[in-house]
Amino acid sequence: MNLASLLTGATQLALVVLGGPLLLGLMRTVRSRLEGRDGPPVSQPWRDIAKLAHKQRTRPNESSWIFPAAPLVLVATAATVAVLAPLATLTPPLSASTDFIAVIFVLLVGSVSLALAALDTGTAFGGMGASRALTIGALVEPALLVAVLALSLPLHSTNLIAIVAEGSAHASVLVGPSHLLALGSFVVVILAESGRLPVDNPSTHLELTMIYEALILEYSGPDLALVTLGESMRLAIWFGLFVNLVAPWGIATHAGALAILLGVLAVALKVALAGVAVALFEVTTAKLRLFRLPELLAGGFILALLGVVTGAVMR
Amino acid sequence: MIALALLVVLGGLATLAGLAPRPYRVQLVASLLVLVEILAAALSVHVLASDHALLGHESGLLPFSGVRVDLSPLGALFTLSTAVVALAATIHWLGYRRHAMSSASASSAFALFVTTLLLVPAAGDIVTFLVLWEVMALTSLVLVAHDHAQRDEARQAAWWYGAMTQGGAALITLGLVVLGAHAKNPGFSAIAASAHHLPGAARGAIFLALVAGFAAKAGLVPAHVWLPRAHAEAPAPASALLSGAMVNLGIYGIVLTRTLLGVGPAWWWLVAGFFGVISALYGSLYAATSTDLKRLLAYSTSDNMGLVVIGLSASGLFSAAHHPIASSLALVATLFLLTAHALYKSTLFLGAGSVQYATHERNLDQLGGLARTMPVTTVTVVIGGLAVAALPPLNGFSAEWLLVQSLVHGLTGADPVTTVATAIFVAALALTGGLTIVAFVKAIGVGFFGRARSEPAQHAREVPVSMRLAPAITAGACVIFGVAPGLALRAVERASAVVTANRSGLGASISGFHLGALRGAVDPLALALGAVVATVLVAGLRRGLGLKGGAKVRRFEPWGSGRIVTSARMQYTATSFAEPLQRVFDDVLAPQHDLDVSHAIESRYYVERVAYASANDDVVERRLYRPVLALATWWGMRARGIANGSVHRYLAYGFVVLVIAVVVVS
Repeated sequence: MNLASLLTGATQLALVVLGGPLLLGLMRTVRSRLEGRDGPPVSQPWRDIAKLAHKQRTRPNESSWIFPAAPLVLVATAATVAVLAPLATLTPPLSASTDFIAVIFVLLVGSVSLALAALDTGTAFGGMGASRALTIGALVEPALLVAVLALSLPLHSTNLIAIVAEGSAHASVLVGPSHLLALGSFVVVILAESGRLPVDNPSTHLELTMIYEALILEYSGPDLALVTLGESMRLAIWFGLFVNLVAPWGIATHAGALAILLGVLAVALKVALAGVAVALFEVTTAKLRLFRLPELLAGGFILALLGVVTGAVMR
Repeated sequence: MIALALLVVLGGLATLAGLAPRPYRVQLVASLLVLVEILAAALSVHVLASDHALLGHESGLLPFSGVRVDLSPLGALFTLSTAVVALAATIHWLGYRRHAMSSASASSAFALFVTTLLLVPAAGDIVTFLVLWEVMALTSLVLVAHDHAQRDEARQAAWWYGAMTQGGAALITLGLVVLGAHAKNPGFSAIAASAHHLPGAARGAIFLALVAGFAAKAGLVPAHVWLPRAHAEAPAPASALLSGAMVNLGIYGIVLTRTLLGVGPAWWWLVAGFFGVISALYGSLYAATSTDLKRLLAYSTSDNMGLVVIGLSASGLFSAAHHPIASSLALVATLFLLTAHALYKSTLFLGAGSVQYATHERNLDQLGGLARTMPVTTVTVVIGGLAVAALPPLNGFSAEWLLVQSLVHGLTGADPVTTVATAIFVAALALTGGLTIVAFVKAIGVGFFGRARSEPAQHAREVPVSMRLAPAITAGACVIFGVAPGLALRAVERASAVVTANRSGLGASISGFHLGALRGAVDPLALALGAVVATVLVAGLRRGLGLKGGAKVRRFEPWGSGRIVTSARMQYTATSFAEPLQRVFDDVLAPQHDLDVSHAIESRYYVERVAYASANDDVVERRLYRPVLALATWWGMRARGIANGSVHRYLAYGFVVLVIAVVVVS
C-alpha cells in the first residue's frame, strides 16, 4: 500500500459519497419525468441529507446500543468497499486481496446490523422489514455466489480486480456465454440487493407493502441522514461493480492523475446510464408479490448455474 | 507419554472427585478438570509445533492389543480445540451449578466425558478407540438425561440419543473390526497400510458403514434427530461440549476413515457430499424457523457439520480427480471451519445457558430486551452469532472464504461430474449462508434486542462472573482467529498434511491468507481496520453534526400506525420473523397448521372464538422415523402373543430353534 494507491482509494471514496445520493436523485428525476411529473431536482437527496443532519438525534424508548451503531456500520462498510473496489481504477489499495466474496460479505455486515437495529426498535414494522429483507437476502445469496463462481472461471480467481482487469484487457471474455449468463443473474441480484422494483418499491409509503422503508422507519435526524447516505453509497457501489463487469472500458489501469480523472468520468457516466436504464425499467414494471419473488431469484440462480456449467464445459 | 499418563490420572481423579461432598464438589472437579484441559492443550500444541506424532504402546491394559497411542498433528488439532471448548465449559459450570448439574453423577460424568473427549483423537488402535468412544457416548448420555426426573423431554432426548449413538457405534465397530481382521492387526497404521489390498466393493461397503456410523455422531441428516433434542435438554456446559467437541469427533471419524481406506473412487465422496448438502440445507432451514434458542443452535450444528462434510467431500473428489492442491486446500478449509465451529458454537451454547440461568426460558418468543439487562452475555452471543453467519472479520468468514476458494480452484480442468457437484456445493454453501444469517439475526434480534416479551426477561439479571468469562474466552478467540486467521494456519496445515501428505501451498501473513501458486488472497485485518476507522470517523461526524440539533438524544415512543405502542406483544416474534421463509419452503418443511373457528349461534358471520395452533416439527422425524417406530411397536405387540409366560412353551421354542440350527449347519 503506497501513497498513490491511498489517494486513488480516497478519490473513489469521494466519488461514491458524493455520487451515491446524486445517482438516487437522478433515478427519481427520470422516473418522475417519465410518469409525467416534474419531480424533485437531482440534488434532492443531498438536500434531504443536509437538512436531516442538522436535526436532533432521536431513538425509540427501549432500544439498545445496536440502534445508534447500525447507521455507522452501514456507512463504514460501504466506505470500506468504496475504497477497495475497482470502480474508477484498477489500482486501489490492497488490490491483491480485494476479493469479490470479501466485498459481498463486508456489505452484508451493513445489512445485518441494520436488520438487528430494526428488531431493536421493538415495533411490528421493524420486525416486518427485517424479516422480509433477510428472507430476500437469503434467497439472493445462491444466485450471487454462483454468479461470482461463473465470473471467476476464466482466471480461477475470485479477486475482483483481476476479474475486471481481465475483462478490460481481453474483450472476448466479456462476450463469453458464461460471463453474460452470470451478468444476467447479477442484474436480478442487484435489483434485489438495492431494493428496486420489482423486488421492493423505493417510493412507497404504505407500511404493509414496503420492505426497506419499514426496516428504517424509526430512524430520523442525523441517523436517517447516515442511513440514506449509506444506502445510496451501496447502490452506487453495486451499479459501479456491475458496469465495470459489463464494460470495464475507461477504468484507470495505472495510478496517473489523468488516467484516474478519466476513470472517474467514465464510471460516473456508465453508472448514470445504468441508473437511467433501471429507472426506465422501473416505470414499466410493477412490484412482484413478496411470495412470487423466490421464482425471480431462482431464475437468477439458474442463469448463474448455467453460466458455471457452460464456462466449465467450454474450456 | 508421561504427560498423557498424567492426563489420564488427573481425569480419573476428577471423576472420583465427583463423589466429594456437595459444598466443594463442583469446585474440586472443575479445578482438576482445568488442569486436565491445560495439560491436553499443552500436549497438543507440542505435537503440532514439533509436527511429529506422539506414539506409544502399553500392552496388557486392555484385551487383544493393549493400549496404543498415536496422537498425530491431526488428532492434536481436535484435542486442542476440544481443550479450549472444555476449558470454557468448565469455567461456565462453576456458575451454572447453582442452576443445575451439581449432583455427584453429573459431576463425575462431566469429568469423565471431558477426559475421553480429549483422549479419543489420541487412540492408535481399534480397541482403544472403541473403548474411549463408548465411554464418551455413555457419559454424555448421563448428561443428556440429567433432567430426566423433572422433564419428560429430557427422558425422550436420552432415548433418542442413546439409540442413535449406539446404532452408529455398531456400524463403526463393524467397519473397524472387518478392517482390523483383514490387516490382522488392530493398529491404525497397520490397517492403513493394508486396506488397499481389499477388493473395491468391500472397501466401498466399509466406507459407507463407517461414514454412516460417524455421521450419526456428527448429526448429519437423516441421523440428526437426536441433536435438537439432546443439545436442547442437556445442561449448558454439557451441550457446549456436545456441539463444540463431540460432533467434531464424528468428523474426525470420517477423516480417520479416509486415512485408513485411502481416498477411494469419486462416488464415495459424491455420496458423502450429497448428505452434506442435505444436512446443510435442512439444518439451516430448521434453524431459521426454530423458536427454541437451543434447538436453533442444534439445527445450526447439523448445518455446519453438513458444510464440513461438503468440504471433506470436495477434498476427496478433487483428490480422486488428481487435483492434489485443491484437495489439500479443501481439507485445510474444512479443518479451519471445524475449529471455528467449535469456538463459536460453544460461545453460543454457553450464552444460551446463561440466558436460561437468568430467565429460565429458552423460547425466543418469551425473551427480548436482554441487551440492556445482560450486556456482556449479549455481546458474546452477538459475536458468536455473527461468526456462525460467516460475517467478517470473524473466524467463520475466513473458514467459508477458504472453502469457496478451494471449490473455485477445484473447477480447474475438472470433469463434468465434478464441475456440477462443485457448483452445487457452492450453491448449497450460499443458500445455507443466507439462511444462517436469517436464523441468527432472528435469534439475536428477537432474543436479545427489542422489548422484553415476558416477565422473567424483563427482570433478568446479568449472570455471575464465571458465566460471563467463559463465553467471552471463546468469543475472543473467534475475533482473534477472525482478524488474524494466519495464526491458526500453520497448525491446520500440519493437521491436514497428515491426511493428504502434501501441503496446500497456502500462505499466510499474520492478517490474512494468500493462496500461494493459486491466485487469491484476503485480508480480514485490513478490512476490519478500515471499517473500524471509518466507523469512528462517521461517529465523530455525527457527534459534530448533532451539536447543532442539540447533543442530547431524544427518546420517543416508536411508531405504531397512529396509536401509542404500549405492548411488547406488538413486536415481531421469532415465529413471525421466520414466517415468509416458512411459506417459501412450505413444501420442504410441511408445517402443520390447525385453525379452529367457532361461530356465534346467532349468525355464522360472527366469529365467537378462533383457535390457531401451528407446529413445525422435524419432517424427517415425522416421515422417516415415526413410521419405523410405529412398525417396531406393532411388531412388539404382535410378538407378545407368542410369549404368554409359559415356561414349557419357551422351552419348546428353544428346542425348535436348536433343531433348525442343527439342520442348517449339517
